[in-house]
Amino acid sequence: MSWRHELMAVYTIWLRDVIRFSRDRTRILAALGQPILFLVIFGVGLSPAISDLGGGELDYTAFLFPGIIAMAVLFTAVFSAVSIVWDREFGFLKEVLVAPVSRVSVALGKVAGGSTVALFQGVLMLLLAPLLGIPLTPAQILVLLLLMWLTAATMTSLGVLFAARTRSMEGFHMIINFVMMPVFFLSGAFFPLRGVPLWMEWLARLDPMTYGVDPIRQVLLQHRVSEAVLATLRLYPIAVDVVVLIAFWMLFLVPAVWAFARTE
Amino acid sequence: MKAIEARDLVRRFGDLIAVNGVTFDVEQGEIFGFLGPNGAGKTTTINMLCTLLRPTAGTARVAGYDVCTQPAAVRRSIGLVFQDPSLDEQLTAWENLRFHAMLYGMQRSDFERRAQELLAMVELADRTHDLVRTFSGGMKRRLEIVRGLLHVPRVLFLDEPTLGLDPQTRRHIWDYIFRLREKENVTIFLTTHYMEEAEHADRIAIIDHGRIIALDTPENLKATVGGDVIHVRTSDPTRAVERLRTRLQVEPRVVDGVVMVELPQGERMVPQVVQVLSNGDPPLEVQSISLRRPTLEDVFIKLTGRAIRDEGADSMARMRMAVRSRRRH
Repeated sequence: MSWRHELMAVYTIWLRDVIRFSRDRTRILAALGQPILFLVIFGVGLSPAISDLGGGELDYTAFLFPGIIAMAVLFTAVFSAVSIVWDREFGFLKEVLVAPVSRVSVALGKVAGGSTVALFQGVLMLLLAPLLGIPLTPAQILVLLLLMWLTAATMTSLGVLFAARTRSMEGFHMIINFVMMPVFFLSGAFFPLRGVPLWMEWLARLDPMTYGVDPIRQVLLQHRVSEAVLATLRLYPIAVDVVVLIAFWMLFLVPAVWAFARTE
Repeated sequence: MKAIEARDLVRRFGDLIAVNGVTFDVEQGEIFGFLGPNGAGKTTTINMLCTLLRPTAGTARVAGYDVCTQPAAVRRSIGLVFQDPSLDEQLTAWENLRFHAMLYGMQRSDFERRAQELLAMVELADRTHDLVRTFSGGMKRRLEIVRGLLHVPRVLFLDEPTLGLDPQTRRHIWDYIFRLREKENVTIFLTTHYMEEAEHADRIAIIDHGRIIALDTPENLKATVGGDVIHVRTSDPTRAVERLRTRLQVEPRVVDGVVMVELPQGERMVPQVVQVLSNGDPPLEVQSISLRRPTLEDVFIKLTGRAIRDEGADSMARMRMAVRSRRRH
């Protein structure tokens, strides 16, 4: 089978996910609702208590916002992989598995589709930036798109890895709750990771989301706060974040494709 | 070249032997039926033939390609309609077909022409751009058949193509299957547990507990049942069997409380059966009596000693009865 045909298969799987997503208005709204809820409740609720961020220069809502964007990307990415489990239960997966295309292409198409959909959710969240008084230049937006896409691809691969080995929706939701919550809470989305106990610092270092939240925050707040304040928020240089994120992506993608290719 | 050649196919799931040494050939252009009760190994056999499952032992060639060593070539040569619906309900009929065409590497112009042609044949042309979610069960199944045929396969597998459909829709599906065979000369391999439907096949393999216990044309299979079949309901089946055996020298059997006798020229024997049962000590009441040409059901009963249909339903009913009687005590 030619590589052009395999590429077509990746495109087909991707296109299906994108069309399905675009038709599912409730899913788009639900996926937006949760992050906005977090942003409003925690932002408004905690802002008075946390007023000394960046020497008072940065309000908590603006600090939280990049984390919430990452959250929207994370949850959409992982939940898009749930469609594999869904398709297994409702038969469509069979149609794909019996087609004369390699399972590697099917898995890659799934990752591509999930990443696109998650990126789209991230972009929708990004539209709130002006409301929060965060100025954005076209160059910033371009870099943010790349960072969100990389985060989305990494997290979708993680989702596909779980979904490939999961037979039931219940099992998948268990994993989501056990894995996604700590991944989200420890990523630095909610609180600065500087000055936390060593054990938490180490857990955060092992959390792939950390390397998504950190560069998104740096780029997003670039023109919102002074360089001095930005330096206190920075965990790693953006280049380091990107390299680590790519490493995590590969770490999830390769076994995900392998696990998917082995399913009967 | 044969459309399908299966040789000693075996599939185990742990301790369970789902398919236990199955051998058969299917000719090009034939409608070949796999008939058997639920759990007999029909779907497992299909899954092995279409490369979704690896055989534990044995070999099979489909359209001339080995299912173990040339799975990609097999996949390109076959179409499949699964037992459970496998359409994407969020997409339109046309989108479902287009994705299929893309996965099978069809040229766009070929796809469009063929999709329109097939949709017209199964009378779905006016629903082409509707979401599949809005389709009835019969329409979905028709669309799946179209999809299975889109890439011009040499062999079309239909796993219980009429399961869960009402009788009228089932007849329709069969009309389409016949028309397809006529127009496309495609080989059709289907499984069913509906006896009446298996009669439509050119040849039938009867499968039970993972083994083929008979393989022939429906006519030849039915001819193995001696003549006609008389069904008698009486007040005392056990005594009725004994009396028929001694007085008429026949071998009746009891299935679900009904006494069944195979007799040549059955219509002339009906009065005698009634007489033998009602004149005797004690006289047995004949509640009903019927005569019919043998069906594949009778073939299955003759081969296995039990009825094929509603095995599940029967055991469910029995369980319910047991629960009820326990409650009463």
